[in-house]
Amino acid sequence: MRGLVFRAFDRGGMIFLGILFGAIMLLALSNLVLPAGHTLHAPTYLVSLIGKYLTYALLALSVDLIWGFCGILSLGHGAFFALGGYAMGMYLMRQIGDRGVYGNAELPDFMVFLNYSELPWYWHGFDMFWFAAIMIIFVPGLLAFIFGWFAFRSRVTGVYLSIITQAMTYALMLAFFRNNMGFGGNNGLTDFKDLLGFDLQNDGTRVGLLFASATALGLGFLICKAVTRSKYGKVITAIRDAESRTRFLGYRVDRYKLAVFTLSACMAGVAGALYVPQVGIINPSEFTPANSIEVVVWVAVGGRGTLYGAVIGAILVNYAKTYLTGALPEIWLFALGGLFVFVTLFLPRGIVGAINGSGDGGPSPILAKLRSWRDARAMEGRS
Amino acid sequence: MIARLLALMIALCCGLPALAADPDDLPGLIEQLQTRDYAAMEQTVNTIAATGDPRAVAPLQALADGDLYYRKSDDKVFIARKADSGTDLLDPLTGEFVENVGRRDARKIGINNGMRRALRGALGSLTLLSPDPKVRAAAAQSLFKSPDPGAIEALGQAIAAEKDEAIRTAMEEAQAASILLSDSDDATKIVAIQSLADRGGRDALSLLKGLPDSATEPVKAAALEGVKSIEAALALWSTAQNIYYGISLGSVLLMAAIGLAITFGVMGVINMAHGEMVMLGAYTTYVVQEIIRNNAPGMFEFSLAIAVPLAFLVSGSIGVLIERTVIRYLYGRALETLLATWGVSLIIQQLVRTIFGPTNKEVGNPDFMSGAVQLGEMTLTYNRIWIIVFALVVLAMLMLVLKRTPLGLQMRAVTQNRRMAGAMGIRTDRVDALTFGLGSGIAGMAGVALSQIDNVSPNLGQSYIIDSFMVVVFGGVCNLWGTLVGAFSLGIANKFLEPYAGAVLGKILVLVAIILFIQKRPRGLFALKGRAVES
Amino acid sequence: MFGFGRAKALAAVSALAIGLTTGAAQAADTIKVGILHSLSGTMAISETTLKDVMLMLIDDQNKKGGLLGKQLEAVVVDPASNWPLFAEKARELIEVNGTSVVFGCWTSVSRKSVLPVFEELNSMLFYPVQYEGEESSRNVFYTGAAPNQQAIPAVDYLMKTESVKRWVLAGTDYVYPRTTNKILESYLKAKGVPAEDIMINYTPFGHADWQTIVADIKKFGSAGKKTAVVSTINGDANVPFYKELGNQGIKAEDIPVVAFSVGEEELAGIDTGPLVGHLAAWNYFMSIDTPENDAFISKWHAFIGNEDRVTNDPMEAHYIGFKMWVQAVQQAGTTDVDAVRQAMYGQKVPNLTGGVAVMNTNHHLSKPVVIGEIQDDGQIQTVWSTDGVVVGDAWSDFIPESAKLTADWTFPWVCGGCEKPMY
Repeated sequence: MRGLVFRAFDRGGMIFLGILFGAIMLLALSNLVLPAGHTLHAPTYLVSLIGKYLTYALLALSVDLIWGFCGILSLGHGAFFALGGYAMGMYLMRQIGDRGVYGNAELPDFMVFLNYSELPWYWHGFDMFWFAAIMIIFVPGLLAFIFGWFAFRSRVTGVYLSIITQAMTYALMLAFFRNNMGFGGNNGLTDFKDLLGFDLQNDGTRVGLLFASATALGLGFLICKAVTRSKYGKVITAIRDAESRTRFLGYRVDRYKLAVFTLSACMAGVAGALYVPQVGIINPSEFTPANSIEVVVWVAVGGRGTLYGAVIGAILVNYAKTYLTGALPEIWLFALGGLFVFVTLFLPRGIVGAINGSGDGGPSPILAKLRSWRDARAMEGRS
Repeated sequence: MIARLLALMIALCCGLPALAADPDDLPGLIEQLQTRDYAAMEQTVNTIAATGDPRAVAPLQALADGDLYYRKSDDKVFIARKADSGTDLLDPLTGEFVENVGRRDARKIGINNGMRRALRGALGSLTLLSPDPKVRAAAAQSLFKSPDPGAIEALGQAIAAEKDEAIRTAMEEAQAASILLSDSDDATKIVAIQSLADRGGRDALSLLKGLPDSATEPVKAAALEGVKSIEAALALWSTAQNIYYGISLGSVLLMAAIGLAITFGVMGVINMAHGEMVMLGAYTTYVVQEIIRNNAPGMFEFSLAIAVPLAFLVSGSIGVLIERTVIRYLYGRALETLLATWGVSLIIQQLVRTIFGPTNKEVGNPDFMSGAVQLGEMTLTYNRIWIIVFALVVLAMLMLVLKRTPLGLQMRAVTQNRRMAGAMGIRTDRVDALTFGLGSGIAGMAGVALSQIDNVSPNLGQSYIIDSFMVVVFGGVCNLWGTLVGAFSLGIANKFLEPYAGAVLGKILVLVAIILFIQKRPRGLFALKGRAVES
Repeated sequence: MFGFGRAKALAAVSALAIGLTTGAAQAADTIKVGILHSLSGTMAISETTLKDVMLMLIDDQNKKGGLLGKQLEAVVVDPASNWPLFAEKARELIEVNGTSVVFGCWTSVSRKSVLPVFEELNSMLFYPVQYEGEESSRNVFYTGAAPNQQAIPAVDYLMKTESVKRWVLAGTDYVYPRTTNKILESYLKAKGVPAEDIMINYTPFGHADWQTIVADIKKFGSAGKKTAVVSTINGDANVPFYKELGNQGIKAEDIPVVAFSVGEEELAGIDTGPLVGHLAAWNYFMSIDTPENDAFISKWHAFIGNEDRVTNDPMEAHYIGFKMWVQAVQQAGTTDVDAVRQAMYGQKVPNLTGGVAVMNTNHHLSKPVVIGEIQDDGQIQTVWSTDGVVVGDAWSDFIPESAKLTADWTFPWVCGGCEKPMY
């Protein structure tokens, strides 16, 4: 166990954590300590934006763990993220108490409105934070466990697995859109007031959430590091590279996959739970398959199989999105779409891969790529 | 109101012209139609109808069609005809050209649904004795839909004069419908009920159920019998109707998925831009229709026939372009094609949005795609019938191409063993481009079909992409029969679940079923066997 | 190594901060007007037009010499039909760009998503779309119709002129149809319609296969009583719905459909020939013949450069909202939100359809209600209109929990939803 923990704190891990907490600390100080007029004052806008990016980064990390290291391309990870978010949302809803528009202490507004006479059974317990906190991890984990148990046992792999994960998130989206489900339908859960007694509109709370997100991301990073560098991690990498061979060597491939898939889903759930109080709303559109695909794109852009690449990818793509939707509202999709195509074609190992490649003094991946095309054409044989 | 009108009508038909308004006054009456007071307008329509003057049909029809206008300068009433610039005004009675005015110089005389019903009745009774059998049949239909005790005698007259069996039956049914609402004696009513029960259908059911409370017990009992027999027939047909709905939904799924069965199923490219190929096909249809509308309106009926090959070419060539510029570098990295094509789909969507605007575009249905045919108690809409036919034809042609042409042979060879195929002298990259182009082109043809039932907007493709993947995966990649069976079984399953579970829950159940099914058969319904499986 | 990490981090953060805050520090010689409408994603279909209309109105105002001696500057962002992004963009508009007012949102969920942001930062949003009511925020002015300005008059009309006895309430499964149908259901029951004569049906967003539901409506309509459909089906799903209605031969004379979400813009995508006579209830139709409307339509066509583009109700709502805001700013002599808000109350602007719209203290407008029938040219022709204006009601009287609430932002109430005055 000590080895496991120790392995996580390698040089890369330390650099990553250093950067992460250094940046967050500066941001927090500049937001809270410096007066609003100061040139170095970070506006609250920036704080919640960075907080949001960090939760996305944690989500990307969870995808990188299973895709980059185990070769499971999940197109439904947004579902785990959203489930974690809903669990947090339910807690926040219950915290509103009688401050809702209809002043009902027991029922959230939308339930009063839809003529619920009492709280549905699955809402019980969410008024306690510890329960919600358990559910944030338990619900996505359970779904991933059940889904994975079926899928990996029957050896559903590759594209088929991707498509059925997509079907899963799509089905959940349709289900959560239904008002009769008791999760607020299309509007979802919103109008949150406070979390653990802290006012969500308060700058201090925002900074606190930012720290929580950074801590979660840091922890997630360490866990992923520990897992991937352990013997267990070697096995899942082996599964990625040659599943059948690993199975023939006597490893229970389905169990390894199931464990890592469930762990990844729990991480996604935590990311979702931290995301919700920072954006102030959770609704079924988080389940849309497009969202899940986008997460995969972040990982690809950053560089999969590197962990910190996923984090960089998530932050970079989302920053691009924030910037472009404001600066080029009419044409930003061209830029984003173009970026995805460019990265897949020219940076198959993502940005991190490209940088590392050139840093080693070896041929840059782009050059290598061009060369390999030339060779491929000459050989006329692709498989 | 209608009752009075029809009473007047009957008087006319019975040869009592003394009761009719002065036929010479018809132009004056027509002028009175220009009013916003619908009650007064209805009165005028009744008076006009009561003249029995066949000249009155044209202005009344124009009023019903929204073609009766008044000139703003002097409030005179005309029949309007669209001209190249402005509006042509025609004399309401003679139809002679009077003058051309600017678009805003003449305004339409608006009517409401009540007026439309009144006009239906008036036109029905005015045309009951028309020499044209089609018009008489339509008149009988109208009177059936707006039954009125006053029309019984007029219908009686028309029935006596009618030679055509089918039209006479229609008239008798219209008469029966009217008798139900009249104060005739019970025996007549029971006969009428019998006649309606024999006719069957929802309209008759509605009439029988809507029997006034004043009806006597025997009449009510007879009506109940009638209702029971009609409902039994309807229940019997409803299963067939459901299957048809399922097949129809299945054909839409099939249409959307065939192209993907090629690009994803055969080539292994996770083509997220597939939906956009469908959308491009739909926009091609729109462009074709716009050009036809502006240049050769007479060709409109052929717009789809022109659009199908064009859509194939447009989507197909864009498909080839995508393959040449993006996908060819990604073979063997199936999951990465997903990312690149996702980017491509965003670009195409935004491109279309920039060029055509974000709003829905109107794609018209040619006449052969509009309306429905009644088969027993089933309503089969023409557009859906054609889509079923079209989907099956496209699938059959595709199979022919794959099985019977050199290109198809090469495609199959390249999919099964690329290196070997290359060694045999097949230009694999050319085949790849053509295969992807074929798949995309077929998606474009699907777009033509889908433009007939759905929105034509930049988001069109997005709504079909997931369903298409489900169909292909469920049916089994690499197998067109699988796609066919997959599409129809998903369609029918959906439609049978919908009445019980509702549209949303039905769909969720189908998705869950697919997920579970994939556990059982990880490679779909028609799995490829042999070595290729472990590739 | 650590030093390097920190330096890099510092550089990264400051670069990010600079990137995000550029624009905030621009000179304040213009008044900034935020436009928060989706230009991509599923809602772009409806919302892009509203962005264009706002640009036209702002342009127009600038030609007249701007406001308070300054030019207006439109700040357009794309929230991409993504609800959390709406909140982020709202915050960006207010905090980073320093907008004095924001015009935007279409869906209820987008409004719910930005609401806390506007309240926290005490900014002002004009929301132009007909909606479910049950809300009155201090920071939002609702220029679209509340249910009592659309649904109830329409039902009354059908009861009176078409003597409808049986009702199908068909809607997309989200909060606006749910609320409207809830209000209508209790209204119809109060009018003596028995429960078995009301059928309620919900479908998902973008529902494309309407065969079964249209057949069900036909079935429900063959019970011998005059039947009508009250449709709250959302934008996208309407095209296939109406196509199916037309093809299955449901004529307006037999089973009329009255829609609250179908305007000229939605009809532009359909061949309306088979739909003639189906109804729509709004506060504005393009076909209404007034000099103001003629001028507005000509201006719109000139601005967008296309004679075929239509105008619709939410566009008029923005027109009224913008004019009111301009007047209120002029009156207050400042763009300060609190001053402008006070000046908004009682502000009057002539409707495009005749009459005068008034902003009430519950942040909803008094507007006329018009009911029209769809024509074969895609226009909607008025068949009925209210004599005067109807006061928008934030809290419906037909929902027990909301009937007791009052929205009034002036003394002594000063509250968006209270049972008794604050003071």
